[in-house]
Amino acid sequence: MSDEVTLFIDGVPVTVSASSTVCAALLEARAIALRRSVTGEPRGPLCGMGVCFECRVTIDGQPHRRSCQILCREGMDVRTDV
Amino acid sequence: MYETAHACDVLVIGGGPAGLAAASHAARCGRRVIIVDDNPRWGGQIWRRGSGEDESPQATSLFDEVRRAGVKFIGGAHVFNQLQDGSLLAEAADGVHRFSYEKLILATGARERFLPFPGWTLPNVMGAGGLQALVKSGLSIRRRRVVVAGSGPLLLAVAAHLRKRGAEVLLIAEQAPRARVLRFGLRLIEWPEKLLHLMRLQRYLFNVPYLTGCWPVMAHGRRKLERVTLKRGARLWEVACDYLACGFHLVPNAELAQLLGCETVDGAVWVDELQRTSRPEIYCAGEATGVGGVELALIEGQIAGCAAAGREDEARRLFAARQRARRFASALNAAFDLREELRELATEETIVCRCEDVRLGQLREFDSWRAAKLQTRCGMGPCQGRVCGAALEFLFGWRVTSIRPPLFPVQLRNLAYDPSSEAERVERG
Repeated sequence: MSDEVTLFIDGVPVTVSASSTVCAALLEARAIALRRSVTGEPRGPLCGMGVCFECRVTIDGQPHRRSCQILCREGMDVRTDV
Repeated sequence: MYETAHACDVLVIGGGPAGLAAASHAARCGRRVIIVDDNPRWGGQIWRRGSGEDESPQATSLFDEVRRAGVKFIGGAHVFNQLQDGSLLAEAADGVHRFSYEKLILATGARERFLPFPGWTLPNVMGAGGLQALVKSGLSIRRRRVVVAGSGPLLLAVAAHLRKRGAEVLLIAEQAPRARVLRFGLRLIEWPEKLLHLMRLQRYLFNVPYLTGCWPVMAHGRRKLERVTLKRGARLWEVACDYLACGFHLVPNAELAQLLGCETVDGAVWVDELQRTSRPEIYCAGEATGVGGVELALIEGQIAGCAAAGREDEARRLFAARQRARRFASALNAAFDLREELRELATEETIVCRCEDVRLGQLREFDSWRAAKLQTRCGMGPCQGRVCGAALEFLFGWRVTSIRPPLFPVQLRNLAYDPSSEAERVERG
């Protein structure tokens, strides 16, 4: 279907609705923690609106992108930091 | 480096209700208007659109108005600095966008207030609005067990929405005492539209316990949330759940206004009767001027839009409606004022600053935000104190005083942006 896109989460293809944010796609793909904190704690998203930076991931080689504010695109390469 | 330059008469920062109302009013008065938002789509938090979401009729008609008025929308752009008076810089996926304006309307909204308690950093402990935003953005919540907690009417809206999307909402824990919530409920008769809204929500909330005077004291789990301990009166009990959606009412997003030199009062942007800030060419509308709900945001936006377009007479006609909405705002904020006991939730070991993992015990010896920041790095991570700042204000009465650019971490090449350099440039109307 044209309103679905396939992106790669840590190398694994995941198909989601094109209106999904990367953050929602990550959680749907069962990535519960998206990063490690500075002392090594697993962390997931908190605010869902671009404020807390807990959902930051590397997208197409660009680090520290707030996944809750970015829509999924076909072929996107998303890397978590866990 | 790639740069896009935009010029307009009225620049609106934020595409939520206040920003959209401001933009449509200014555009209808013949001004060229641009809205910039850090989200990819307009609607703000309350009207965040997504798959399978019904749009409220109020939102649909305003979206149509804004389209018809010929307002330009630039989404996914984060304003991070001022180039000079009358010019802001934003970072987007394709580089720096430069916006030149005659008048600026800030409609930057509010964020949730998070309070630290043991376990609040576990994955799947989220904001109430936070979880709702994620569900609207594509997270499936069907058959997931959710505890909604914190404070404010947002909890009811979130619980109703999650339930509509198939979640098993186990309970709503509202910290405010029963008497205050009841009094507020009775007063709603003064604002029939709010009462109607509440009644609509209640259709989805049958059988969901709404516990006043109740709050979470600990979240448990190994790698993610498994259980939460709740407290109500002398009673402590555990509830197994998949998500804890927890936010303690809202705080204004005043950082951009502060960066531009606008005065704030108690964390909210100060405005005069025409929604003008202490800087005459800058207006502010909606939650950034003080949390007051969607009706107030819309009216303030309309006033700011008219005033920025030079139609003071039209703006004045809206003052009575604003007064009525402001009364609701003060009733709301009084009803959901935070109780003292919440100051005792965090232990010495509880992380307060999630970016730098600074614990409460490390902060006790300091007497100001600035001193704590310099010694512990509290508030110096990527969120720049947006999460721990509101918590520390509640816990210690500290206030974030200095706002410096960039407002958000930006890529170095964008930070180093120099408008006089020979960069590839696109000029747009």
